[in-house]
Amino acid sequence: MYPRPIPETAIWQRRLYVAVVIGILIVWLGPLFAVVLTSFRSMQDVMGGNLWGWPTQFGLIENYTAVFTQTPMAQYFLNSLIITIPSVIGVLILSTLSGFVLSRYRFPGNMLVFALFVGGNFLPHQIMMIPVRDLMVRLGLYDTTMALIIFHVAFQTGFATLFMRNFIAALPDELFQAARAEGATPFQTLVHVVIPLVRPALAALAILLFTFIWNDYFWAVVLTISDSVKPVTAGLANLRGEWVSAWNLISAGTIVVAVPPVIMFFLMQKHFIAGLTMGAVKG
Amino acid sequence: MKTLWRHHRWWLTPTLLIMPAAILFSVVILASSVESLWISLHEWDGFGPMRWIGLDNYRELFNDPQFYVSLKNNVIWLVMFMLAPPLGLAIALLVNQKIRGMRFLKSLFFIPLVLASVAVGVVFSWVYTPQFGLLAIIFRFFGATAPAVLSDEHFVTFAVVTAALWPQTAFCMVLYLAGLNNLSEDLIGAGRVDGAKGWNMLRHIVLPQLTQVTFIAIAVTVVGALRSFDIISVMTSGGPFGSSSVLAYQMFEQSIFSYRFGYGAAIASVLFVIMAVFIVWYLSRIIRAEERGA
Repeated sequence: MYPRPIPETAIWQRRLYVAVVIGILIVWLGPLFAVVLTSFRSMQDVMGGNLWGWPTQFGLIENYTAVFTQTPMAQYFLNSLIITIPSVIGVLILSTLSGFVLSRYRFPGNMLVFALFVGGNFLPHQIMMIPVRDLMVRLGLYDTTMALIIFHVAFQTGFATLFMRNFIAALPDELFQAARAEGATPFQTLVHVVIPLVRPALAALAILLFTFIWNDYFWAVVLTISDSVKPVTAGLANLRGEWVSAWNLISAGTIVVAVPPVIMFFLMQKHFIAGLTMGAVKG
Repeated sequence: MKTLWRHHRWWLTPTLLIMPAAILFSVVILASSVESLWISLHEWDGFGPMRWIGLDNYRELFNDPQFYVSLKNNVIWLVMFMLAPPLGLAIALLVNQKIRGMRFLKSLFFIPLVLASVAVGVVFSWVYTPQFGLLAIIFRFFGATAPAVLSDEHFVTFAVVTAALWPQTAFCMVLYLAGLNNLSEDLIGAGRVDGAKGWNMLRHIVLPQLTQVTFIAIAVTVVGALRSFDIISVMTSGGPFGSSSVLAYQMFEQSIFSYRFGYGAAIASVLFVIMAVFIVWYLSRIIRAEERGA
């Protein structure tokens, strides 16, 4: 272990250490605490300029009710789900297939295809913005959730292929030799050998993709304009324009945007960390 | 037909399996990127026909003072973002203890990483709000008045980058924590026997084992810096007067707000070239690593 572990016998040292960590954590998350607290405040409290202290008057229920009834936040939230969930499923399917092929079949250009997937993933989004927008206009998909789903599936497939390829490449070779010896076709190998073994990787990938896609803002503003298709991120940016100093409502909206990825993260923390480090460190 | 399939399925199946991903990715991502380079040689409002103008967009761009402001801001982003790996390492070193409750505390440190950058932007525009923001309160505590950082052209980019550093540092911290858990106990033990301590231990025994992690941390940080868009859009919309714009934002503004798609494509192409230098370096490194491994 590095740094050297604080010995279990040094009780006071341990307590002091935990206290210091908590202190730093409070500074680290301070702004976020304030947003949470302010989403609990009443309007009067905000008007009085109390943005960082303890609320003098609570308006928790009013604020969240207002966000969901007086703004299209509920609609945005639903849109985000409609965009994010099918995109994640689509990427998982495509990348399992492509990762399997790239990791288990040697063919000329294998490395080139792999490099294109990885490299494309690092491109600045702006370089594809105009043609993608134009493509969606021509397909009649501009300003629909489908436009965002297609884009996210296409783009995230790059990263996800890298991820699945590395995971499948690390599976023991013996399994694949055995499958071949038994006369299994590539498709049977995929169904009976690969898919049962990649479940942990799929879980890790799914949580990462959920976060990436849910949090997307750029494509949301490029490909959508109507409230009926806009996801929460673009919706929040809109609300800020309309509710300039109603900080209690804006912070409630911010919490609504932030909560799903944070909950997903806490539910599947192990997978999330494993995914991030697997995807990145193995690269 | 059936025997034909049987004879060829050893290569047909893999080809069919990779096709959906390969086609979608080539059409939507790769072809679009190339098409942008083509569009950058035209004048185009996004609706009507495109008019070929050769390199005129680039000529205009290189004479556009806003381009240099954006470029300078991109450099500020890159340089300031390089604080994320060391800060992330510092927090990782701080929290890497196995004590009851630490697991939970550690996971709280990760939260900025999963927040939408729009949310981060809202949180920080609030920290910076004149008079009522946290910054104003801190300055008042010392008897000073905080500048309105988001409307001051000298401070604005630094303020925005500081906000963006928050999630980026959390990202680097996650990477380093994973790296710290894979350190060789033997080397650490040997170092301790030899009396290595503090900075020497970190510098000569721990960091060399973290080279790979550091490479990744720097890579994701460079990409993050060059990609910065969301936070700028939410916090300042590139303002005041374009002083916090970066190439990515200037491109968006020119295309979406001014309908100058050709000019926008030219800005995107310049950003692409900057990023390409980095992508080539990165890819050559991982391909070399792959070939060593194979």
